[in-house]
Amino acid sequence: MIPELGHFALILALAVALVQGILPLLGASRGDIRLMDLGRTAALTQALLVFVAFGALTQAYVTSDFSVVNVVANSHSAKPLLYKISGVWGNHEGSMLLWALILALFGAAVAVFGAGLPDTLRARVLAIQALIGVGFLAFLLFTSNPFERVSPAPLDGNGLNPLLQDPGLAFHPPLLYLGYVGFSVTYAFAIAALLEGRVDAAWARWVRPWTLAAWCFLTLGIALGSWWAYYILGWGGFWFWDPVENASLMPWLAGTALLHSAIVVEKRDSLKSWTVLLAILAFSLSLLGTFLVRSGVLTSVHAFAQDPARGMFILAFLLLVTGGGLALYAWRAPRLTPGGMFQPVSREGALILNNLLLCTLAATVLLGTLYPLFLDLLTGNKVSVGPPFFNATFVPICAPLFAALCVGPYLGWKRAEIWPALLKLRVAFIAAVVAAIVAATAIDGRATLAALAFGFGVWLIVGSLGEFAQRLARTGYRMPPRAALGMTIAHAAMGVVVLGAVGTGAWNSELMQTMKPGDRAQFHGFDVKLERMESLQGPNYIAERATLAVSVGGKSYTVLQPERRLFAVQRRQVAETAIHTNLLRDLYATLGEGEAANGWVIRLYYNPLAPWIWLGAALCALGGFVSLSDRRLRVGAPQGGKRARTRPIAHPAE
Amino acid sequence: MNRRLLFLLPLATLALMAGFFAWSLLAGRDPASIGSVLVGRPAPRLEVKALRDDEPPLTDALLRTGKPTIVNFFASWCTPCLAEHPLFTRLATRDGAVIVGVAWKNKPPEARAWLKRLGDPYKFAGADLDGRTGLDWGLSGVPETYLVDGQGIVRRHFRGPITERDVNETILPFLKGAK
Repeated sequence: MIPELGHFALILALAVALVQGILPLLGASRGDIRLMDLGRTAALTQALLVFVAFGALTQAYVTSDFSVVNVVANSHSAKPLLYKISGVWGNHEGSMLLWALILALFGAAVAVFGAGLPDTLRARVLAIQALIGVGFLAFLLFTSNPFERVSPAPLDGNGLNPLLQDPGLAFHPPLLYLGYVGFSVTYAFAIAALLEGRVDAAWARWVRPWTLAAWCFLTLGIALGSWWAYYILGWGGFWFWDPVENASLMPWLAGTALLHSAIVVEKRDSLKSWTVLLAILAFSLSLLGTFLVRSGVLTSVHAFAQDPARGMFILAFLLLVTGGGLALYAWRAPRLTPGGMFQPVSREGALILNNLLLCTLAATVLLGTLYPLFLDLLTGNKVSVGPPFFNATFVPICAPLFAALCVGPYLGWKRAEIWPALLKLRVAFIAAVVAAIVAATAIDGRATLAALAFGFGVWLIVGSLGEFAQRLARTGYRMPPRAALGMTIAHAAMGVVVLGAVGTGAWNSELMQTMKPGDRAQFHGFDVKLERMESLQGPNYIAERATLAVSVGGKSYTVLQPERRLFAVQRRQVAETAIHTNLLRDLYATLGEGEAANGWVIRLYYNPLAPWIWLGAALCALGGFVSLSDRRLRVGAPQGGKRARTRPIAHPAE
Repeated sequence: MNRRLLFLLPLATLALMAGFFAWSLLAGRDPASIGSVLVGRPAPRLEVKALRDDEPPLTDALLRTGKPTIVNFFASWCTPCLAEHPLFTRLATRDGAVIVGVAWKNKPPEARAWLKRLGDPYKFAGADLDGRTGLDWGLSGVPETYLVDGQGIVRRHFRGPITERDVNETILPFLKGAK
């Protein structure tokens, strides 16, 4: 009964979304306030209905209702409750439902918090949001119904993919979708602005919080995914340039660019059509990511619910949304009036450089991801584009980006001098050079590029913090606006990520050894002894566990217990790594194949600064949230566009 | 007018990409099957330092001796390399194959220690520490193995570890046939 209620709620939601997608648009063009107001009611209703549908599916999972096909295919009665719940979105249908839910919730959020928006703009934004929703709801109902029944009901289910049975991955998709789908709001704002034919400072200020929120969630989602890959795949790496990872990185890069270019629109009324384009692209790249992951046009270690038939549907949808948006852009954007003029050396110039570099990075990732597909179709040749390509292209482009990142905040709007800014950065520059030299001589004499990158990390941290300190000194130690604080946190956090990535990527060491109980291995000053091997019975798996006693200088230091789990239902093995961290380095152990006669393969990794990668990413998102809490952006704080434009530049944002 | 064309550029890019996607979906290609661009073409440049002390660097001349050659990229940190290693040892000792080993992104002392421990099947061994030669060779990881004929043309490209079956069905016939 409850699954049918969910199905019914989903159908109703589609109907409501159709109403919400059409009538407010009509109202906005005719100036009919009643039709426009319908958008808010419809948005709230639609969110409620999708929520009911999602609740119904969750209920089916929690109670292990095996009369529902989706539950049979992805759940099992012996699964812990957390994974029963995360199983809801650990499959194609459920994740699409989660996507539709978040989309509807964002629509409802615009309806609730958008009270200060002009009526026509709000009506159009809600309508666009609903039209996207129509696509997803129709996709669900017509090709991927999560509520399909099976009769007779099987006794038990097939279980969730063991790799997904992990606390990190339980929350990775929701966060990632909050980011992807969050960009739908910026997309809706961009389309609404093109329809209105007006982009101004007020528009930029309205778009900014939504962009920031989506960006923060996406940052967290990517970080969580990378962390998961780090400890579950057991290769000691944190980023593999896999198409699925790239799919999430591209919208992040475009979103980061959007975040920065929207500042120029807000403060200087310039770069308008470019910002609108970025707003369209950020969401388009999110959709492109979904298409690439699910259609099976590219292969990936994360191959997830691939199905060419669905691929066609997503492609059509992608074409409609992106193509429609870009066609409207081609038609209306040339009419947007260009705004204030500025010199190349200025805050605007710095932000344009930032945008150019970020977009180049996004284009590089796009090209690297799609090149194998293009080449295969055109010539029949198969290639794989992996880390070598990205290390040779992506990483070098980051250098000027990072170099300019610290300089930008020192430049004034319109025109600025470069030398005074550089002079103020001398401390950071010296610190960076010293760090690079120390790294090149003391840590690793061969990997000079890694030492250089290390210097860049220090430059980002010291440069950002130095700018903040000088700002404090200038304003008599009064707390600067939250936006500025957020910028400093996010910029410095980038440095933390860089240090972590360099440390882990370039200076890690590894030992692979076949060990029997009682055997010892010397590794990086640690004395590692395999104490014992044992078998355990988990809730839905059996495991082999190694107990490694780690001691330093004869004194017991820690115990690592890597496991290899065999999930009985799916006959799949998953390595459970054991990691000891002191926030400066990870000692990482995995258990490989083996048996009593010959011993087991134990792999040990020493990953310097590894925790900083995720710590930095979390800090980066924190910076975004701090910036989001700025009073200036607080929803409902009424501020005219005119006032913002004439306001002094006492509060440069990032 | 030119300005307008500029605004059409994003749409044109999308159309191009969508065309490829639709083509890919309709053609029903399988992205998981990986071939190689190198097969049938002259082997890419081989210019790496020698792995072992006191040996001259490896050059292209090694691949154009008139004798078939096996080029194997490996690393001491790679588990699959460990798995295929005995097959190379056998190919070298029993079948007298000329095998060029390139340690990819592997610190030479570590690679040398690895070979010392397991035995060294490589007639020539090079060290591609920065992975640049691997890039030229279209490497997606290690291990990968190329069969190069006497004229320096790549005849076969294995991604991942070679297996007993590869040896019996492909590598041995290649070594015999190309002689």
